[in-house]
Amino acid sequence: MPNDTQVPINSAADIVTARQKARTLAMKLGFTGVDLTVIATGISEVARNILDHAKEGEIVMEPLVEDSKRGLLIVARDEGPGIPDLNQAMQYGYSTRRGLGVGLPGTKWLMDEFDIRSVVGKGTTVVMKKWIR
Amino acid sequence: MHVPILKQGGYLIASVQSALSDEDLKQLKDDLAERVGQFRSRGVIIDVTVLDVIDSFATRMLRAVAHMLRLRGAETVIVGIQPDVAFAMVQLGLTLEEVGTALDLEEGLAYLDRITKGAVKHAKRHAGAY
Amino acid sequence: MNRNSLTATRLTAATPANRSAAESSSAALLRELVAHLRQNRTQLREEWAARITEAQLLTAMSKDEIFTEATSVYDNYVEVLETGSVEALQAYARNLSERIIPRGVETHEVVGIVLLLRDVLARSLFKKYLADFNLLNQVLDAYEPAANRIANTVAVSFVQERERIIRQQQEAIRELSTPVLQVRERLLILPIIGAIDSQRARQLTEQLLRGIRQNRAKVVVVDITGVPTVDSTVANHLVQTVEASRLMGASVIITGLSSEIAQTLVTIGVDLSKMNAVGDLQGGIEEAERLLGYKVMLTSETPIQEIKS
Repeated sequence: MPNDTQVPINSAADIVTARQKARTLAMKLGFTGVDLTVIATGISEVARNILDHAKEGEIVMEPLVEDSKRGLLIVARDEGPGIPDLNQAMQYGYSTRRGLGVGLPGTKWLMDEFDIRSVVGKGTTVVMKKWIR
Repeated sequence: MHVPILKQGGYLIASVQSALSDEDLKQLKDDLAERVGQFRSRGVIIDVTVLDVIDSFATRMLRAVAHMLRLRGAETVIVGIQPDVAFAMVQLGLTLEEVGTALDLEEGLAYLDRITKGAVKHAKRHAGAY
Repeated sequence: MNRNSLTATRLTAATPANRSAAESSSAALLRELVAHLRQNRTQLREEWAARITEAQLLTAMSKDEIFTEATSVYDNYVEVLETGSVEALQAYARNLSERIIPRGVETHEVVGIVLLLRDVLARSLFKKYLADFNLLNQVLDAYEPAANRIANTVAVSFVQERERIIRQQQEAIRELSTPVLQVRERLLILPIIGAIDSQRARQLTEQLLRGIRQNRAKVVVVDITGVPTVDSTVANHLVQTVEASRLMGASVIITGLSSEIAQTLVTIGVDLSKMNAVGDLQGGIEEAERLLGYKVMLTSETPIQEIKS
């Protein structure tokens, strides 16, 4: 699809790249104001999560259209070790070592829709949607 | 990118120039630890005006730096958090508890003045008095 | 690709087994008619422009403007027929809508001109394939779904763009109706009146934070006397506003907190003692001034002491 943006995540520098691309794409789609920063922050969190747990992965962003709503779809995936006890790990603030700390669980509050799937030994996929207000 | 650190009286001012990589943050921590020791600074201002995102990692680092500096006798104040960044941070649930925050450099200096003055001045050795 | 081979393909019945053959012949037909539409571009475009004027559409635009847009629409139209992809068309339609909506162009005009183009091109195809009724049918089979999809895309894009503009205007109105007031230096007051929903709460927070930076405010008084109730979502926004303001070095005083709202806050787990809540607006302003005029009482400098060895 010509409109999607794909960013490989292999290093901390890639996190910055992903943020910038997300901001640019969001602006192009018509997001304004704080939403741009909110989206960039969400990208930063999922990218950081990929680096911390899987060492490498990718983030794909594309425009979203549903009825008269327009927005942004973000998919962050890795083929890392996966997250055991996902529900518990996703509890906000649950210990940084066993859980996901505050970053990833907190990210769901930045987005309109948030879904995370993880299979131990196979990897993790996070799908997020944000609509233009 | 290297973060320049300036000395202003009893304070140090670190002005972040661009998005901070992990190495930059570690470097900043080490540099501040060294300078605070070297100059016996009582306060440190970290200016993050330029940052367009402050995520959980950066927040953890800033708190770690402040904690480390307090152990070395210096109070930290973070200045220049932009409106949009503050908004995103609280939505994410990030707090900078235990770290001072102020609007800008000027306010940051005033904050440090308030916090650090009033402490009993250390007794000075009077050379040759005895 | 000559006519004979086309008719030869047509003779095989369009059973499921032959569908792929039918599809590729449909694709070939599409290519042929796209070529035809490109070849006759100038003439067909003029015909279309004439019909637009005749139907008294786009009266808000000048002849030159109509011609320029007509050219773009025509080319985009043919491009979609060729590629089957509506994305470029969607982008163009949104862009066009963004430009013409402020000029007063209405939905029926946009739909109208696209349908006229569809008709002009269809007539042209009729004329060309007149001699062969079966072939004409095939051509129309290929053309119609594509043409209808185009009309749909343009109309929908236009309407969506309209809705987006309306939402933006509503937001602007909301912003105007909730001013952030600077009364004294470094002090901002945000009086909130009326019911707040999540959308408005978020907007208020945004406005306030920008106001803090712009006015270099150190204290903000948020007066919610005029707010009847808040649900937990809005209460959360309130708490977030306080925290975000603190990140910018400003402290927040909440005034006019009714017992009902206080109850909601407690229910969602807000530690009210952490929130600086004062009875009424007047009291809040006084508290703010106290905070602003507050000076650290410096202990008098202790004299330099001799260290007795």
